[in-house]
Amino acid sequence: MKEVRIHGRGGQGGVTSAELVATAAIAEGKYAQAFPSFGPERRGAPVAAFIRVSDDTIRTREKVYHPDIVMVLDPSLPALVNVAEGLKDDGIVILNSDLSADEIRDKFGIKAKLAIVDATKIATEELGLPITNTTMLGALLKATGIVGKEALFEALEKRFGRLAEKNKAALERAFNETVTAG
Amino acid sequence: MSKRVGIEVSIAIAEAVGLARAEVIPAYPITPQTHIVEHLSEMVANGELDAEFVPVESEHAAMSCCCGSCAAGARTFTSSSSQGLSLMSEILYIPSTMRLPIVMVVANRALSAPISIWNDHQDIMVQRDIGWIQTFAENGQEAVDLTIHAFRVAEDRNVSLPMIVNIDGFTLSHVIEPIELPDQEEVDKFLPPFKPRYKLDPRRPISMGPVGIPEVYTEAKVAHDMAMKKAKRYILKAWDEFEKVFGRKYNPVESYRTEDAEVLLVTMGSISETAMTAVDAMRDAGQKVGLLRIRLWRPFPGQEFRKAVGKAKVLAVVDRCLPPGALCGPVGAELRSLFYKIPGSPKIFSFVAGLGGRDVTVERFEEMVDKARAYAKKRPRELYEVIGVREK
Repeated sequence: MKEVRIHGRGGQGGVTSAELVATAAIAEGKYAQAFPSFGPERRGAPVAAFIRVSDDTIRTREKVYHPDIVMVLDPSLPALVNVAEGLKDDGIVILNSDLSADEIRDKFGIKAKLAIVDATKIATEELGLPITNTTMLGALLKATGIVGKEALFEALEKRFGRLAEKNKAALERAFNETVTAG
Repeated sequence: MSKRVGIEVSIAIAEAVGLARAEVIPAYPITPQTHIVEHLSEMVANGELDAEFVPVESEHAAMSCCCGSCAAGARTFTSSSSQGLSLMSEILYIPSTMRLPIVMVVANRALSAPISIWNDHQDIMVQRDIGWIQTFAENGQEAVDLTIHAFRVAEDRNVSLPMIVNIDGFTLSHVIEPIELPDQEEVDKFLPPFKPRYKLDPRRPISMGPVGIPEVYTEAKVAHDMAMKKAKRYILKAWDEFEKVFGRKYNPVESYRTEDAEVLLVTMGSISETAMTAVDAMRDAGQKVGLLRIRLWRPFPGQEFRKAVGKAKVLAVVDRCLPPGALCGPVGAELRSLFYKIPGSPKIFSFVAGLGGRDVTVERFEEMVDKARAYAKKRPRELYEVIGVREK
């Protein structure tokens, strides 16, 4: 079972990206859960969403304490929130950032494996909006392969209808531009 | 054919209510039940569900409206939580003794004070004695299945009682997970149209709910109690038929790895899934531990529960509710009554856990099992213990 924690700000679509991954995994015949951090959420405030994906039935209702994967939608969050909290030893942090891996390690003290993409730039160019939730899914796919691209594209089409094409393009570009650092 | 989809549990419940062809839905939104009634109101507005959605001004009005529509012969659904359910309280006792088969999903949530929107079972335990049939769902699939089952049982002329399906707020209501959504044909096969024995009809006027003078009140209440006890047969029968149509089997009490178990955890609702994972871990470590999950809470399935306990010596009962000043939580108290002075009965310890959204983890279940074992050797002063209280 893989557990994912998504950090974003209220209104950036972290819950939607969790939902897209879970529904795609379920459509592939896997088992999955997606859920928000339970409680009131405010636009702009740091929030989290969670995903579990497994080949077998998921029998837990615990919160996610030790994620395998952390995905950060907003470049300003690592300075405010300990995004690597509870991360498994071999876990990975996927960041939206225009900084290099070395700069990120220096600035935020994240020791874990990294995957980095400038999703704000890609989303602004491809979608005309700095909303990175679908763009970052490209980085998630590249870094983890947690779900198949086809299934995720289908989930995007179902969710966004005619807007799906732009989101798919942004996702594809992020997939190609993601850089990983051990 | 049913289809397996990734869907939020609340949305799936609303779809199930649609598949059950509910006709009147009076509802007032409250966290964490909101998505259920929002989606139903959308379905009605979009013409996908041919029902009357009544956006009432409060939960008190919601339940009053439910009584009226059900008495007039309409298949009636509502949903609530927490303070909203408490606001309904004055009305909740009325449809049950009046034998009006309303179906309600309660997204269980804590009660104020302090204000909490998070999950526990205090809201429904306050309403323990309202005389409604009550089940508890463990996951999204059960939430859907028990909702469809509830209409069938409640409206069965041998039962004619309102029914609540309890789902844990947030931990179920707000989770997207895989659910087999039945198709319309299957649901129609399982659930015949609502044909009440009596209904309010201007062409055949009758009175419902008149005053019960001392000469008849006791008999009315005894009739209600008898109806609840008799209902169990039809609840089980409907589950048998549910299995025939949908292929999923439900029992009033489910056993998990109870063979040769010395200690049994007892749970209700979604924490049962985490409890199963805890049982697996303890079994792997060589401990003889199992789990009993109570699905049918009212009428309480005493006979089935006693049978499920088998030869286990210790029960670690988990209550999601702390009644201040009581001897222990409601589930613990129920089980103590069940086994009182029965030779060879297990020792019962009552733990209160998971109040107001506090997570109940695998480690917490292990702690409860360890403590129950220790208390079986040396009886503690109190009959219950609250798990995971922060001292600092």
